[in-house]
Amino acid sequence: MGEPGTSAPLSLQELQAAESLHTGRKHTLSILVENKAGVLTRIAGLFARRGFNIDTLTVGPTDDPALSRVTLTLDGALHPMDQVTKQLHKLINVLKIRDLEPSETVSRELALFKVAVDGPQRGELMQVAEIFRSKVVDVDKRSVVIEVTGTTEKVEAFERMVRPFGLIEMMRTGEIAISRGRQET
Amino acid sequence: MRAVDAIMECLKAEGVDVVFGLPGGANLPTYDAFVDAGIRHILVRHEAGGGHAAEGYAKATGKVGVAFATSGPGATNLVTPICDAMMDSVPVVFITGQVRTDLLGTDGFQEADTLGITLPIVKHSFMVQHPLEIPRAIHEAFHLARTGRPGPTLVDIPVDLSRAEIPYEPVTDVRLPGYQPTFEGNQKQIRQAAKALAAAQRPVLYVGGGVIAAEGSQELRELAISGHFPVTSTVMGLGAFGAPHPQWLGMLGMHGTRTANYAMDEADLICAIGARFDDRITGKLSEFAPHAKFIHIDIDPAEISKNVPAHIPIVGDAKSVVAKLAVEYRALAADPARLDEWWARIRAWQEQYPLRYEESEDSEIKPQYMIQALYEATGGEAIITSDVGQHQMWAAQYYDFPEPRRWINSGGLGTMGFGLPSAMGAAVGCPDQLVCCVAGDGSVQMNMQELATCAQEQIPIKVFIMNNGYLGMVRQWQELFWEKRYSHVDMGDYPDFVKVAEAYGATGMRFEDKGTLVDDMRRAIATPGPVLVDVRVTREENTYPMIPAGKAAREMEG
Repeated sequence: MGEPGTSAPLSLQELQAAESLHTGRKHTLSILVENKAGVLTRIAGLFARRGFNIDTLTVGPTDDPALSRVTLTLDGALHPMDQVTKQLHKLINVLKIRDLEPSETVSRELALFKVAVDGPQRGELMQVAEIFRSKVVDVDKRSVVIEVTGTTEKVEAFERMVRPFGLIEMMRTGEIAISRGRQET
Repeated sequence: MRAVDAIMECLKAEGVDVVFGLPGGANLPTYDAFVDAGIRHILVRHEAGGGHAAEGYAKATGKVGVAFATSGPGATNLVTPICDAMMDSVPVVFITGQVRTDLLGTDGFQEADTLGITLPIVKHSFMVQHPLEIPRAIHEAFHLARTGRPGPTLVDIPVDLSRAEIPYEPVTDVRLPGYQPTFEGNQKQIRQAAKALAAAQRPVLYVGGGVIAAEGSQELRELAISGHFPVTSTVMGLGAFGAPHPQWLGMLGMHGTRTANYAMDEADLICAIGARFDDRITGKLSEFAPHAKFIHIDIDPAEISKNVPAHIPIVGDAKSVVAKLAVEYRALAADPARLDEWWARIRAWQEQYPLRYEESEDSEIKPQYMIQALYEATGGEAIITSDVGQHQMWAAQYYDFPEPRRWINSGGLGTMGFGLPSAMGAAVGCPDQLVCCVAGDGSVQMNMQELATCAQEQIPIKVFIMNNGYLGMVRQWQELFWEKRYSHVDMGDYPDFVKVAEAYGATGMRFEDKGTLVDDMRRAIATPGPVLVDVRVTREENTYPMIPAGKAAREMEG
C-alpha cells in the first residue's frame, strides 16, 4: 500500500512525519570547510544565533592547504541534529559534514595536567601516569605537568585520578576524530 | 583598468540597469567610476532608503537589486534592509566601501566591522583582500543572491584596493563548491505527494513567497485548478495565486480570513509550497492544524521540518516541483467529487465569516474602505507596496492581487519605513506600471526623506498615508491586551504631510471624505510625479479578524 514511486493508492493514515532528531547522545561533527577568513566566525555565529551549544570545537589544517577541518561535539539531547547539520550546510564555505558514528570513528583529545606534588606522593602519581600511558613533560620541585592523549572518557578518568593529588590546572584541546577504515572522513 | 571600472563592468555583465546608493569617503573611487559607466545611479537620501529601494526593485522585477554605501555609518545604515532581505529572501547585492587596509582594525575614521555586523543576516558575504578578487567576488555575490533560496549578499571593498589597477576579464564561472542548491525535486517524493493529494478529503494548498521567487504562479494555478484544491497564502505569497478566484480562501495567519484559518484547522492534508510555517501563520504551534499531514515543498532543506514536521518533504524549486506534481496528480485521475463536502464546509465559512467592518454613517473614512477605494481607483491593477502595521494587514485583506509581484511588503522582519523607498525601487524597475504605497503615518516618517529622491528623479509614486495619528497596531494591542493603557502610541497631528510633500517638491493632498474618496484617489493617481496623500481615517479601528499571539486558529477573534 502506498509504496513511494508506485501508483498504489495511499492512505493518509500511513504517512509518518520525520521524527525530530533529538538523539540523546553526544555527536561529533567533522566539518570540512574552505580555508577562508571568517569561516570559524560564521560557524560559531550560527550556533550562537540558533541557540545550539558547542561542547568542544577544534580547528586545524588538512592535507589540502585550501581546506580546514572543524571538529565539534555537541549534545544530541539538546538539539535536533538534522536542523544543526542543515543550517551548517547553508554556510557557503562549508563543503562537507559528517556526523561520525561512534563505533566507526577513532577520536582523540590531548590534555595537559599540572599537579601539585612533592615528596612521597610523587611516586604514586608517576604510577597513575604510567597506567594511563601518559607522559610527564615537565617537572618542578613542587609540581609536574602530565600529557594525556586519548578519548574524552580516558581524559576524564585521568582527571578523576589526579584531582586528589592537587590539580593546579588542566588544559584540553577538545576532540578530533577520523573515520575508521580506508574511506575518507 | 582601475578596479572601480572593473566593478562597473561586472555590474553591466550582471545586467544591472540601476544602482541605489549614497557616496562617502570609502567609496569615492567607485563613485568616480559611475561618472563614465553609463549605469543609472539613483542618489538616495539615506542608505536604508537605498537598501529598501533595491529590495522593491528586486521584488517588482524579479531581478537582483543593487545598493551601494560607504564604510562605517553608511554600511550600518544598510543593516535593516539587509536583514529585511534575508527574512523575505530578496535578491539584493550590497556593495560597501571599507577603510584602507592599513587602517583596518585600528578604529579608523568611519571604520565599522561591516562583515562582522552583517554576518548573521546575509546569505553570504565577501571581504575583499586583494584587488584581483573584486570581479569574482561581485560575480559570485550576484550568483548567490539570485539562485537557490534568494537572499542578500554583501561585498565589502577597502578603498585602497578599489583604487588599484587590475586586468579585467569577465568572470563567467563560479567557484562555490559548498553551494549546490537542489533544484529538481525527488520524483518518488513528488509521486507520493500526488497520491496523498489524491487521497485527501480536506486538502489545502498553503502558499508562500517561495512560489513568487520561483516564478511558479502558473504551475501553482494549474495544480490548484486541476485538483480543485482550496488555496490560501501567507502575506508574502499574495498574488502567487491570482485573486479573486473561486478557489481562493484569502490570506491565512494572524490577520487572515476565518475561512483560511478554519480550513487549515480542519484540513487532513496541507501542501505547503515555498512557505515556512512562521509563528504568524501557525499561532500556537502545538494546536496548529491538528488533523493534518504535511507535504512541504521548499528549496531550502533547513526550512523543512524546522517548525512543523513534514510527512512528505520535497526539496526543490517550487516551479519545477509543482509542475511535476500537477502531472503526477492528473495521472491518478482522482475523483473531484470527494472534495464536495469539504467545499460545502468552506463555502459555509465564507458565507458566515466574510471580511467585514462597520461602515461609517457620516463622511468618515474607514481604513478598510480606504483600501477598497484604492482598489477601485486603480482597477486592481497597481503595484502596491506597504509599510508595517494595521494598514499593511488591511491592504493584504482588502486588495485582491491578480498577479505575482504586485504586492511588495516587509513580511518577515516587519520593517516600518519599508513602503515608500520600496515603491520608489519598484517604480524604477517597472516604469510603465502604476506604483502606489499604502503607508502608515508612523511608518512613513521612517524613510520620508526619499520623497526628495523621487522628486529629483521624477519617480511618480503615489503614497497614500492611512493617517490615524497612532502607531495603530501597537495601540490595538494595548487596547486588547494591556487594558487600554496607551503608552506612547499617539503621534498627534504631526507633521503636516501636505506641507512636507510640498517642501520636498512632491504634490501633497489631503482626503477626508469617503463620498469623494475614489475620485480623489483617481485625481492623485493622475497627477504627474510623486504624490503624497494624507488620508484621514478613523482613529481607533482594530484590524480583525485576529488570532491573538500564541493562540490557535479556532480562537480567532473579531
